[in-house]
Amino acid sequence: MSLDTAETRTERPQGGGRRAYLSLYKALGRGWIRDRSQIFFTILLPLMFMVLLASVFGGGDTAASRIVAVGDVAVLDGADPEVFTVTGASDLDEALAMLREGDADAAVVQDGSTVRIYPSATNSTSGAIAAGNLSALVDDVNVEVLSAAAPNEPVLETDIEQADGGALKPIQYLAPGILAWGVAITGVFGAAGTIVDWKRDKLLRRLRLTPASVGTFLSAKVSVNLTVAVGQTAVFLAVAALGFGLHLSAWTWFAVPLVLLGTLAFLAIGVVIGGVAQTSPAAAGLSNLVTMPMAFVSGAFYPLALSPEWVQWISYASPMRYLNEALQSVVVYGEPPSAVLPQIGFLAVFAALVALLSWKTFKFDEL
Amino acid sequence: MDAAIEVADLRKTYRGRRTGEVRAVDGVSFRVERGEFFGILGPNGAGKTTTLEIVEGLRRPDSGEVRLLGRSPWPHSPELTRRLGVQLQASAFFEFLSAREQIETFAELYGASKARAAEMLDLVGLTEHANVRCEKLSGGQQQRLSIACALVGDPELVFLDEPTAALDPQARRNLWDLMRGINAEGRTVVLTTHYMEEAEALCDRVAIMDAGKIKAVDSPAGFVRSLDAPTRVTVAAGQVSDERIKELAAGEAVTGGDGTVVFETRDPRELLTALASEGALDGLAVRTANLEDVFLHVTGREWRA
Repeated sequence: MSLDTAETRTERPQGGGRRAYLSLYKALGRGWIRDRSQIFFTILLPLMFMVLLASVFGGGDTAASRIVAVGDVAVLDGADPEVFTVTGASDLDEALAMLREGDADAAVVQDGSTVRIYPSATNSTSGAIAAGNLSALVDDVNVEVLSAAAPNEPVLETDIEQADGGALKPIQYLAPGILAWGVAITGVFGAAGTIVDWKRDKLLRRLRLTPASVGTFLSAKVSVNLTVAVGQTAVFLAVAALGFGLHLSAWTWFAVPLVLLGTLAFLAIGVVIGGVAQTSPAAAGLSNLVTMPMAFVSGAFYPLALSPEWVQWISYASPMRYLNEALQSVVVYGEPPSAVLPQIGFLAVFAALVALLSWKTFKFDEL
Repeated sequence: MDAAIEVADLRKTYRGRRTGEVRAVDGVSFRVERGEFFGILGPNGAGKTTTLEIVEGLRRPDSGEVRLLGRSPWPHSPELTRRLGVQLQASAFFEFLSAREQIETFAELYGASKARAAEMLDLVGLTEHANVRCEKLSGGQQQRLSIACALVGDPELVFLDEPTAALDPQARRNLWDLMRGINAEGRTVVLTTHYMEEAEALCDRVAIMDAGKIKAVDSPAGFVRSLDAPTRVTVAAGQVSDERIKELAAGEAVTGGDGTVVFETRDPRELLTALASEGALDGLAVRTANLEDVFLHVTGREWRA
């Protein structure tokens, strides 16, 4: 061990920002992989939610709506058995009892030209789907009748290109929703927890006194988080496809830039929380306080269309909503990236605004 | 050649919602020469750490100037930080990394080799624990690893902020040897401590700090000399007659009680020789003035570290 002279010192290779970046990335990445709680929160927890919610909302295989016909319901005569499974009931009370028990998705009564639909309140999601399917069936029958009466009148026809060759399965809205939620909690909890850790162990303060700049360190940290988000997305979509029969579109790869952008937005939220919180429990509590309501107003766990209107209004301010929508569009419906430009725009603006806020409010002295 | 550190009239005031205005650093100036072992001694809350953080460039002072190795620590410059080694009060480690991975990461940041990292780990006696995760190391081992990380870049100037706080006496002595070695290699060392005996044992010069101000700067020996305090010699009572005690005291103060006689003398050699010749050395204790007395003298307050 010897003290360098000024001469030998200048000959030392100037490691530069890139080398420092790589060693920091390596050190932080290693730390992440060894932290079992991180693996749980980013990978296992979202998968657990998917298993749980997929079973709550019915298996992906029983896509047909279970209809109880009360008495004679003529409109159901020509119904596609792939869309409807029809059972009979002698009166409305019996049919409603079946709905309550969860044995059917909707009851139908036909009274002359009026088709009365009773969607299930017990299982409101499949109830709504059944009601929608029934309305479409009634419309089809009407069109047939009208066309027969006026054969020369042109009729508009819908040609629905169904992404999965069938009705909307729960996995098709659960997968993008839960993935968006998983990315959100990873980002928010991750950033908030890290900031609070730095307040305690002064790692950032120590690193500020090395030749590496703070910018190098922060970009290494963000890079680790982005890598994690990509890995998380890959594992999650693989399980959704192989385990739950989610059909992945050709545009699925575009989930990667979407998730990266979303992660930036959620990291920024986490930095704001980490700036306010002084302890790890406080950071976790505040992160929950932000991400849980956000998940519920963003259609992460059930279709947003089934939520009350005021919830839908709030959802416009939630980045999770846009990430969810964009993921569903490209992964499930196979829409090209150009279709989700509004969502991308919102996420980018949101990330920029929150990053600005965190920058302005952050007290570097605490670190 | 520039001084290692030049600090002129630093001021820093914290404004807390509950605490009101606290003048953490209130007009601090000092200079540290190259190769010196410089101590900042003061009780907790004296402003030592804030002063050190301003000097290192972690905090900006409200006013005043700092030159480190001839340049300003602000803004951050790789050329300057490459020449500094820093150990902070909290052990700042990457989570879930072993001692070796830790120091190798720091080595890479300073552009130092893996061999250098291993050498430093060996220097602080942690080679056996190289594969132990940092959070599993004992307090003393963490401090040593922290110091190894500070040294890995082969710094000219080393800052150590209360490295021995919360260590047991044995671990503290080991660290003292380590710190002496660092300074002996020609590195300038700046140490903050609230242990009197630590400052006395290690430092070439000590700045005594209290309530945000540096009260005095001198070598430990110089402080004690300038205090011109008498040596206190204690022996068990009943070994010499009262008249003889008065003779031995030669006009200086004698106190007693609790079965002891305490002489205060400017000439301890003569007194001790006399006591020895009369075989009156039972229960002998000799206490010269130390930095604790100096602190009392300089600040007008009892030491309350």
